[in-house]
Amino acid sequence: MHIHFLDPFIAGQSAIHRLDPRVKFVLAVAFILTAALTPSGAWPVYVLLFALAMGVIVLSELGVGFVFRRAVLALPFVLAALPVIFTLPGVPLFSLSLGSWGLTATADGVERFVSIALKSWISVQIAIVLSSSTPFPELMVAMRAARVPRLLVSIFGLMWRYLFVLADEAMRLLRARSARSGATGLPGMKVGGSISWRGRVAGGMAGNLFLRAIERSDRIYVAMLSRGYDGEVRDLPLPPLRALHWLVLICGVALLGMLAIFGFLFYG
Amino acid sequence: MLYAPLPMHIPDGFLSVLVSLVLWAATILVVGYSLRRVGQDLGERQAPLMGVLAAAIFAGQMLNFTVAGGTSGHLMGAAIATILLGPWAAILVLTTVVGVQALVFQDGGLLVLGANIFNMGIVGVAVSYFVYRTFQRLANGKPWGIFVGGFIAAWASIFIAALAVALQLAFSGTSPANIALPAMGGIHALIGLGEGLITVGALAFLYATRRDLVTAGEGQVKASSAVWVAGLLIALALAIASPLASAHPDGLEWVAEQRGFLDAAREPLYNVIPDYVLPGIANESLATILAGILGALIVFFIALGVAYTRRKRGTAS
Amino acid sequence: MHHEIEVSGLSFAYPDGHVALRNVSLHITPCEKVALVGPNGAGKSTLILHLNGILNGGSGTVSVCGLEVKKENLARVRAMVGLVFQSPDDQLFSPTVYDDVAYGPIYQGLSAAEVDGRVREALQAVRMSNYARRVSHHLSMGEKKRIAIATVLSMKPEILVLDEPTAGLDPRARRDLIKLLDDLPITMLVSTHDLRMVQELFPRMVIMDEGRIVADGETAVLLKDQALLEAHGLELP
Ligand SMILES: Nc1ncnc2c1ncn2[C@@H]1O[C@H](COP(=O)(O)OP(=O)(O)OP(=O)(O)O)[C@@H](O)[C@H]1O
Ligand SMILES: [Mg+2]
Repeated sequence: MHIHFLDPFIAGQSAIHRLDPRVKFVLAVAFILTAALTPSGAWPVYVLLFALAMGVIVLSELGVGFVFRRAVLALPFVLAALPVIFTLPGVPLFSLSLGSWGLTATADGVERFVSIALKSWISVQIAIVLSSSTPFPELMVAMRAARVPRLLVSIFGLMWRYLFVLADEAMRLLRARSARSGATGLPGMKVGGSISWRGRVAGGMAGNLFLRAIERSDRIYVAMLSRGYDGEVRDLPLPPLRALHWLVLICGVALLGMLAIFGFLFYG
Repeated sequence: MLYAPLPMHIPDGFLSVLVSLVLWAATILVVGYSLRRVGQDLGERQAPLMGVLAAAIFAGQMLNFTVAGGTSGHLMGAAIATILLGPWAAILVLTTVVGVQALVFQDGGLLVLGANIFNMGIVGVAVSYFVYRTFQRLANGKPWGIFVGGFIAAWASIFIAALAVALQLAFSGTSPANIALPAMGGIHALIGLGEGLITVGALAFLYATRRDLVTAGEGQVKASSAVWVAGLLIALALAIASPLASAHPDGLEWVAEQRGFLDAAREPLYNVIPDYVLPGIANESLATILAGILGALIVFFIALGVAYTRRKRGTAS
Repeated sequence: MHHEIEVSGLSFAYPDGHVALRNVSLHITPCEKVALVGPNGAGKSTLILHLNGILNGGSGTVSVCGLEVKKENLARVRAMVGLVFQSPDDQLFSPTVYDDVAYGPIYQGLSAAEVDGRVREALQAVRMSNYARRVSHHLSMGEKKRIAIATVLSMKPEILVLDEPTAGLDPRARRDLIKLLDDLPITMLVSTHDLRMVQELFPRMVIMDEGRIVADGETAVLLKDQALLEAHGLELP
């Protein structure tokens, strides 16, 4: 089974797709930083950030529905922030009574919670646009431009190269396991074995995968050596940034900076 | 998508900027040091081995097993990576895994990536290394040290990393420490058992097929003193921070301090900006409505522009 | 109605949109041995993976042993259909040969003694008894293939489905395998490119091409139809 559908990159011709990956990367991080800096309750800023994210999604031509659906991924973590509704002191809003003990939600608590959830949701949208409109090799260009050490970048590259091969193998192992996970339907038999046995079987499969990976890495190494690899990672210098992209970068950062200062001044 | 991550990848928005940046700094220091150490220890073999193993750990996270009631056990991989590669290379491998998860699959945010690498890569690996080494010493070369040590190292790596996450949430004012710590700790004490089982299974497989791989880590103990120091520091920080955070249930003190600091910083800015620049913004709901209208207009015009260029592209081709 | 395979109107497209099966219908009666042939990419493996529900979601129905292959029945179906994958590396996921052969019986909930008996029997059947403690990862291709067959024999399936069992085997291993299959008294569907084996072993043969069944009949008759064979890239031995 091929699983290239795991790669979130979606080819396209939109303005966002064509933007230099370095600019995209910096702007995405700046956007997320701005969202993080925005104080809780600064609703106008959140609305503007959301509009900005929407604008970017529309520009990217990925489809609003697609991005929203993917953005749901980060939702479960919101649970971690739920208690803050009840523990933050402030104007009481409503009370829940759970048996013997009651919980009182406060306005400040709700405000903090909604702000966290919003920040998270908007940030994820931008991250999705980044990864869906930028193929991984271009993300690596951005990493290099961000001065990530070469060795680390080359580990990222090798990982990406073999990720799909190994994910494929993992899927086939899963498939083989489920093909033999049968129940005879006879009464009195406990199907499935014990949890610890199942755990160890899964572990055996993982070990299998690691072993194949290690043995493959030996072969890769030999193949690299035979093409002149000497342990030093070399790559071509990055091309200079075009003027238009510079302009986008500067305008974007300025805009986000203004939003950050605005939120900070009036709501901080 | 097939693979379901542990509930340990913090998304953006959940950590305050200060906490995120401090952890980024710590992560950059440790990862930088690891890069240097790996360069010395493994030599030129390093890149392919670490890259492919990172891919294997990522893929290995798909290999789940059913526990009960629709839940399943998963692998994070810090312990097995540490056992196979030694601590420094393991930190790099986990950095790569967590980095790709955030960059490509939105498992964990970008601004908080430093924190996520710190928790899963650095804390996870340091804890695994400590526990595993301790059991290796106790077992004195007997195989039970590998399996018992592997199980407990895997469990502890998950558990302690979860505590680190809870602390960071508390310091960010996102979740009160007296709830976050027991909740994260409790859930991950269970999840850790799954990690332990899978790790032992993987070790058993490798022990049976390629014993040299499992016992190779022993040659790499040279790394010890620096790791011991790092581990001790982490343990100390946890020991001090946990009761501290628990004493101030919602990390409010901390947040309040940050606020006080911000207020102080804001004063001069207010003085610079004349009063008449933004009149009327004082009314909050009006400001929100204005922002909404402005935002809708922006999106509308962008959509219009996109539709226009699309049509042009369509007719051109 | 036992040991029977019934596929009707099955169509299937992979997630990337590639249509691999088009309206496939097939009936195999109990204890019949049927060969599935066709060029690379014809859809043989895809069809086979439907027989125990590894792939699903297309239109049409598949039932085995009178049981429809759908979510509620999957566990039962998988106990009845022994599926051997094209590549034995996919099939063998446990540390030792013994563990791998024991997986199915343990999962079914058999007692330790029964599991042991099943493993012995299965290894005996593929003549690999003294390999129980070996590590599957380091075996040769032919050895792995035989172990892979043992891993499903130990489940005592009512139907055996093999995907290209003779690929990569040396002549003697191939001969052994043919003899083994000949001796097994169960329903069998085997996908293969080995027409000589088909000639020897399978009275009935089904030809697939481009996701369709293009011929289905007596092997002796079909193998004489030179034009048919040529049209679907098959070569007489
Ligand atoms: N996971 C997948 N995603 C998309 N297309 C696939 C996938 N698996 C197989 N295919 C395609 O489906 C078609 C049928 O493949 P299948 O593996 O069933 O062929 P086959 O008859 O078994 O061939 P072979 O003799 O080479 O084993 C092929 O065109 C193949 O490219
Ligand atoms: Mg095939």
